[in-house]
Amino acid sequence: MGELKLMKGNEAIAEAAIRAGVDAYFGYPITPQTEIIEYLMAEKPHERTGMVVLQAESEIAAINMVYGAAGVGKKAMTSSSSPGISLKMEGISYMAGAELPAVIVNVARGGPGLGTIQPSQADYFQATKGGGHGDYRMVVLAPASVQEMSDFVSLAFDLAFKYSNPVMILSDGVIGQMMEKVELKDAVPRWTDEEIKKISPWATIGKPKTREHNIITSLDLDSSRQEKHNEKLLAKYNEMRAKEVRFEKIECDDDIDYLFVAYGSSARIAQKSIQLLREKGIKVGLFRLITLFPFPYEEIEKMSSKVKGILAVELSAGQMVEDVLLAVKGKVHVEHYGRMGGMIHSPLQVANALEKKLIGG
Amino acid sequence: MRDEIYNEIVQPENLVYKKTELMTDKVLSYCPGCGHGTAHRIIMEVIEELDIQESTIAVAPVGCSVLAYEFMNVDIQQAAHGRAPAVATGIKRCWPDKIVFTYQGDGDLAAIGTAETIHAINRGENIVIIFINNGIYGMTGGQMAPTTLAGMKSSTSPYGRDVAMMGNPIKMTELISHLDGAYFVTRQAVHTPAHVRKTKKAVKMAFQNQMDKKGGVSFIEIVSNCNSGWKMSPVHANEWMVDNMFPFYPLGDIKVDGEMVKK
Amino acid sequence: MAKVRGVIIVDTEKCKGCEVCVGNCPTEVIGMSDNVNGKGYHYAYMAQADACTGCSNCAIVCPDGVITVYRKKITVEV
Repeated sequence: MGELKLMKGNEAIAEAAIRAGVDAYFGYPITPQTEIIEYLMAEKPHERTGMVVLQAESEIAAINMVYGAAGVGKKAMTSSSSPGISLKMEGISYMAGAELPAVIVNVARGGPGLGTIQPSQADYFQATKGGGHGDYRMVVLAPASVQEMSDFVSLAFDLAFKYSNPVMILSDGVIGQMMEKVELKDAVPRWTDEEIKKISPWATIGKPKTREHNIITSLDLDSSRQEKHNEKLLAKYNEMRAKEVRFEKIECDDDIDYLFVAYGSSARIAQKSIQLLREKGIKVGLFRLITLFPFPYEEIEKMSSKVKGILAVELSAGQMVEDVLLAVKGKVHVEHYGRMGGMIHSPLQVANALEKKLIGG
Repeated sequence: MRDEIYNEIVQPENLVYKKTELMTDKVLSYCPGCGHGTAHRIIMEVIEELDIQESTIAVAPVGCSVLAYEFMNVDIQQAAHGRAPAVATGIKRCWPDKIVFTYQGDGDLAAIGTAETIHAINRGENIVIIFINNGIYGMTGGQMAPTTLAGMKSSTSPYGRDVAMMGNPIKMTELISHLDGAYFVTRQAVHTPAHVRKTKKAVKMAFQNQMDKKGGVSFIEIVSNCNSGWKMSPVHANEWMVDNMFPFYPLGDIKVDGEMVKK
Repeated sequence: MAKVRGVIIVDTEKCKGCEVCVGNCPTEVIGMSDNVNGKGYHYAYMAQADACTGCSNCAIVCPDGVITVYRKKITVEV
């Protein structure tokens, strides 16, 4: 067993970043995720591993610093919360277009606009359907525990470099602020200059005589070339769809009649709702999404033929539910339930919603 | 000229000037007479003479010189509009021994990128910022820029820049020179050989400052023509620049070795 | 007697006919050709070749860097 520590979700991300050999973190304060940069500043990772931590002048500056660092082959990340993530959308689109690896963490809060500092899950569309302009996708990981906040950092970087694409960790204020026991991974050293040259030969680290100059750009004014580029990106996203779906089925083994689909804090809450419903003799399971993109369309379609109804539980007006509807292709009754604006549904409210909306009680 | 004399002169050992190999062979996308081409070439000559091609990383803007990456034979990243100083910060913080410079126009540096410009300089990033000021947005068809002169016509100030509505043109260079993180600040031009030589000296000093880790940004504004945006011939545009731009944007060193130059 | 004489070679296909070189030549060597290149630009050329001293002013002010300069001290008949 590795080192055990009681930590806040946000702190776990920060500690994991240091241990994962991340080269640079650029960020800006915004509730409820400011602990990430505060922890990093206090830990002095420059002394621990040489990691750069810089408070930028804005979320826009931060994402562009990540772009620069990513372009020179470094593991770079940033974090923010909903309105700040909106500011980063241009930068994320640029990185997708320029095929740069990086990790962006969103600890979501209520919106729209300045919204509230309390948790929400209303950034699903922003994360999975673009958010920024143009045809691009990113793998979106949804941690539902402080352990996953810790584990997903190195996973996110693995995926980012595997596909040369930004990856998002979409958390929410509940997971970011809660404290749980974490088993911390052993530290991995940062890449050496030679490793970077090997792993990322495209990186713009200075042109030696032995190659042409490297260019990082997302611009091509020749439309036929730009179309081919988009086809190349699409092929990447299709590969993600084929290979990177992650989910967890909880209490789905017996002949369940109903299914919750949820992620993050809603998944934690729904687990208690299952218990409440089963006490009443209603057999419910939970399909916990771990990747929001790629979405497990096939798996949910399979599940839909076994149940009488699916309730998508998310702290929003109903975003992820649309992907559930796409998945089931009309075969089964699908409903959404979720509090908004920073309110958090209780397990009882979720259980009652299932009864009311799917069973009609 | 008689053929014998011509052949006697045109021999490899008599070569005194050739475009640097650090400019690629591609035909520049800039308009005839545009200062961008000259500025590009000066920077590349300096990089060649300082022998730092292998450690130089450039950051290109959005604007006419978005395509700088086609012409500058160094590793180069194209940045979102205005964000080059932030991109440069990300690069330089991660590879402090590399030589990093941004190349930006007036919209990029002084409109959308004002915060990134000021904060990179305020942090004293050890980079070079090259600022091409032609008082107009060339790439998008000649709109008003923050540095467009009072009364100057553009496609979004067709009756002349109205100071009451839009404020005065902004002297970005003077503004940032007051930041402690600005180490070397100068304003130059590239329309005559004498000015080209002075600009090249300034660019060399800027890159040398970075190599010597003097600490702080070396910031070079190059006042340039934009004959297309100004709707003049290149030669006339240079004359107009001397008569109109230079009085408002006076050439010369503003800050050297961290000290303001006394007037 | 010996005189410094220069020759400029203009890449006529890359010249954009901006004429900035013309006024910056101290000895009025450069003219604009009546011919045009593939892009339709009247390109620069040595109209008064004998006046060229190879000072390189034209080359260093050329925005497109299309001018290559040679210079040699040669013996000229008086």
